[in-house]
Amino acid sequence: MFPGISLFPERASALAADVDHLYYFITAVAAFFALVVTIFVIFFAAKYRTKDPMAVGARIHGSIPLELAWSIIPFLISIVIFVWSASVFFDLYRPPDQTLEIYATGKRWMWKFQHLGGQNEINELHVPLGRPVKITFTSEDVLHSMFFPAFRVKADAIPGRYSSIWFEANKLGQFHLFCAEYCGTKHSGMVGSVFVMEPAAYQQWLGGNAGGATLTSRGERLFGDLACNTCHVSDGRGRGPSLANKFGSFEELADGGRVTVDEAYVRESILTPQNKVVAGYQPLMPTFQGLLSEENVMALVEYVKSLRASSEARAEAAATRDATPQEHK
Amino acid sequence: MAEALTAHGDHGGPHAHHPDLQHHFDTLEQQHEAATLGMWLFLITEVLFFGGLFLAYMLYRVWYPVAWAEASRELDITLGAFNTAVLIGSSLTMAMGVRAAQTGKQRATVVWILLTMALGLVFLIVKYFEYKEKFEHHHVPGVNFMFEGPQAGPAQIYFSLYFLMTGLHATHMIIGFFIMAVIAWMAHKKRFTPEWYTPVEISGLYWHFVDIVWIFLFPLLYLVDRAGHFA
Amino acid sequence: MAMSITQPRVDYLNHEHTLASWLLTKDHKRIGILYLLVVTAAFFVGGLFATLLRLELATPAGDYVAADTYNKLFTMHGVTMVFFVLIPAVPTILGNFVLPLMLGAKDVAFPKINLLSWYIFTTGFLFTVYAMVSGGVDTGWTFYTPYSSRASNTNVMATGLGVFITGFSSILTGLNFMVTIHRMRAPGLTWFRLPLFVWAIYATSLVQILGTPVIAITVLALAIERFLHFGIFDAALGGDPVLFQHMFWFYSHPAVYIMILPPMGAISEVIATFSRKTIFGYSFVAFSSLAIAIFGFLVWAHHMFVSGISVYSALVFSFLTYAVAIPSAIKVFNWTATLYRGAIWLQAPMMWALAFIGLFLIGGLTGIFTASLGIDVHLHDTYFVVAHFHFIMVGGAIMGYFAGLHYWWPKITGRMYSDIWAKVAAIIVFCGFNLTFGPQFILGYLGMPRRYWAYPPEFQTLNVLSSAGASILAVGYILVGIYLVASLFWGKVAGDNPWHATGLEWTTQSPPLPHNFETQPIVTEDAYEYAVREVKVG
Repeated sequence: MFPGISLFPERASALAADVDHLYYFITAVAAFFALVVTIFVIFFAAKYRTKDPMAVGARIHGSIPLELAWSIIPFLISIVIFVWSASVFFDLYRPPDQTLEIYATGKRWMWKFQHLGGQNEINELHVPLGRPVKITFTSEDVLHSMFFPAFRVKADAIPGRYSSIWFEANKLGQFHLFCAEYCGTKHSGMVGSVFVMEPAAYQQWLGGNAGGATLTSRGERLFGDLACNTCHVSDGRGRGPSLANKFGSFEELADGGRVTVDEAYVRESILTPQNKVVAGYQPLMPTFQGLLSEENVMALVEYVKSLRASSEARAEAAATRDATPQEHK
Repeated sequence: MAEALTAHGDHGGPHAHHPDLQHHFDTLEQQHEAATLGMWLFLITEVLFFGGLFLAYMLYRVWYPVAWAEASRELDITLGAFNTAVLIGSSLTMAMGVRAAQTGKQRATVVWILLTMALGLVFLIVKYFEYKEKFEHHHVPGVNFMFEGPQAGPAQIYFSLYFLMTGLHATHMIIGFFIMAVIAWMAHKKRFTPEWYTPVEISGLYWHFVDIVWIFLFPLLYLVDRAGHFA
Repeated sequence: MAMSITQPRVDYLNHEHTLASWLLTKDHKRIGILYLLVVTAAFFVGGLFATLLRLELATPAGDYVAADTYNKLFTMHGVTMVFFVLIPAVPTILGNFVLPLMLGAKDVAFPKINLLSWYIFTTGFLFTVYAMVSGGVDTGWTFYTPYSSRASNTNVMATGLGVFITGFSSILTGLNFMVTIHRMRAPGLTWFRLPLFVWAIYATSLVQILGTPVIAITVLALAIERFLHFGIFDAALGGDPVLFQHMFWFYSHPAVYIMILPPMGAISEVIATFSRKTIFGYSFVAFSSLAIAIFGFLVWAHHMFVSGISVYSALVFSFLTYAVAIPSAIKVFNWTATLYRGAIWLQAPMMWALAFIGLFLIGGLTGIFTASLGIDVHLHDTYFVVAHFHFIMVGGAIMGYFAGLHYWWPKITGRMYSDIWAKVAAIIVFCGFNLTFGPQFILGYLGMPRRYWAYPPEFQTLNVLSSAGASILAVGYILVGIYLVASLFWGKVAGDNPWHATGLEWTTQSPPLPHNFETQPIVTEDAYEYAVREVKVG
């Protein structure tokens, strides 16, 4: 009929269908109520129309049962939608335990992706089919928002903070990446594509695009260059806590609080170390704010992650190795 | 819907037209109630106005308790406490002024209002010296800010809020000062009677409000950690 | 009351003619007219920006204006329409004019402050217009930091100050109306005899006085951060850019209720009059206005679901957002039920009112989509949201304003406009509106983000439809302007009560006396008592 009008975007992730199903349901509910009211309005306006300016309407004041009915029923329907929607939301926001990790930064006006193996991409992202992918990202300047319509996911990139999205692509192809938070002149140019590839093709791509150190090894090098290892001694007797096995665990803080050692905490500890000092240690760590690019901070985060000696970590490390070409190093 | 009965207009009837009764009101009492309700509503808007800054303050204080303590200790607690006493005193003189107007004591009204203005002026002068000192110590964000130690970033936020909150308060004080000047002048011209002293009363409400804001600002800004719990 | 056209009557328009009598008036009716002039000017300014940006969007490439220009266009369109049209229109024009009449009062509680409000409003508007013509502003009407505080090279501060100044006008008007309603009702006019328009204005005033100060301080803090470089939103210092969003939306969400509640009040009046019966469920409609005002303060972070708030916050705000939709639904159902067994008179105001019901309904229902967390992740910052709020604000608020304007026009001016042309305009606007914003829902779900100067080619067809609709919409609005102005010169004399309506405002002459009533009205009946009263023929 009309060329170029489709009603729905492609579905390229497992959750996209869930989001669409919820969308259909709400559309049906909305259409129902819209239709019912419209029909009644038109019907009443036609049926009770008069040309006599002296006519008056019937003396009807109201009906409590009717008021209750049309308050409670829509409310109950709302609860159903709310619960369903919250469940989809939890799925969208909670990645599975094992994900392929990718780091990214948004800056005016481009997206920079870093794969663990050191591959860098600008405005393009290659991912394998059928594998959960988690992107951890921040902004280097103003607010941006990473939006993949085909996966139905979006999160704002906020300077000073990490955001993350995850998806599991289940369709091959090239799909849109948009910046979805106004960021200035080239906001509409801060777009790109995500390429979903067969796993084998993905491995090939990784191999063909290597050329830098892996994220972990870059982080390790920075750790040495910036003398982090002089305080963060692995036997725990240094001026700073040992970082071995720390990622993912809980840490007691000097002010009595407790924190999970996640990407955000590691970043915070590098850039504003005075805020959440570990119990038993002095607030001696200098800040690296302004001395490290966001990409380098991410490399350090990834390095700290790699210091987990648990079997879990080893599995992750193995997964990382899978993501990196074997002949490298 | 309405039946227009013959109603007494604003002339004739039991009320002779009081010179202070505005034409759209029926009685002085109605006019007075409207004025006081209006002023209370306005003060509620002021609570929300300052409220945004208090919200920001609360958030950052929870996030950066150490910076808050360090920065707060840089304020002069003696001057702050003195200013608090001055303002509370000025609320007392203001209340006495309202009372004087209420009881028809024209000259006493003028005196109390002038005293209120004087105390307000003292407050502002002290504030001037405090600001000057902040400038000399490089604690003015965006101008020459320098702060020792790792808390510099959050401390700059603290001082931003300090200047925003006390600056907004001082602006209200200055406006209040001019309002009081007008009230004093009107009192001097013997405009107020025990039947009608509404401007004195509602200006008094405004003044008390500005005082109360300071009573919150003082502990929040000056007294964050005077007992020295933090290292 | 004699209806001889040749006998000139004294009314608020003709009793004084000098410019000073207008610019120094304390008459709420003249102040309403003064607002009408400024708000109409703002509507055309905002409409001009919309026209230009829709022209750009007819093609995928950015080829009509530069990117920076486009960004300024959508920003200034938003700022103008939100702050200088939608928020003031019904309260300051219709509210100012009609409220004291509906209450049987001679004026509002503080007439001089009322005039001051207009001067503040006009000053803020001129200041903002100056900011726009001297370089413009490109932050989006939402002024998000850090872009607005650090990166934008445009007149952020001047625009912010313009908005700041105008906010005081809104606060003072709300305050004035609240005191008027509390203290100046005619004898016998108890709360539950009040017309629903008064309830709507009261609820709106509540929101105005509680919410506007927060945007004032937010915009002030932003301006200071930008200008003096000290600030609380700067991430480099440890500040939180998202704090700006919380503070901004704490007002700006309730602001949308400032925009919609008064038009809803006007709709209640029109539906009652043109159905010749009382509004079904009067007390439910009255209380729903208050419920919307109060709940409206509890949902602000539904604009921030993907902006970094916690999952648990998101759940709470989503739930409350559904809750705030229910009172609006109650109103729609009650208006519909009012039509049942009414005596429906399909004059122009009623056409606008019925159009309102349909469009507001769709707008409100599409809010369910954006309230739903799982869906909003996808829809946030896409054209779906743009369509949703335009359905409410244009299809709802502007339609409601026009319904009220057409309803009270004979009272305000003493003249009738052409009923045929008014109905034609209503239809043109309705069709143009749907064509403009209907396709945008689809565009949004397809993933087209907001505020895009250039877009992928596959979105073009829908964008062309939307731009075509916008041109039809423009024709409709211009038509309204033409016949309303024409009525001032060539319109039939309206008579005191051309709609045979109940309501104290219709018991006085059209246009009203300078001091509204010959004698103080005394109220003995509920509102909208059509069935019992003898209808006075105007």
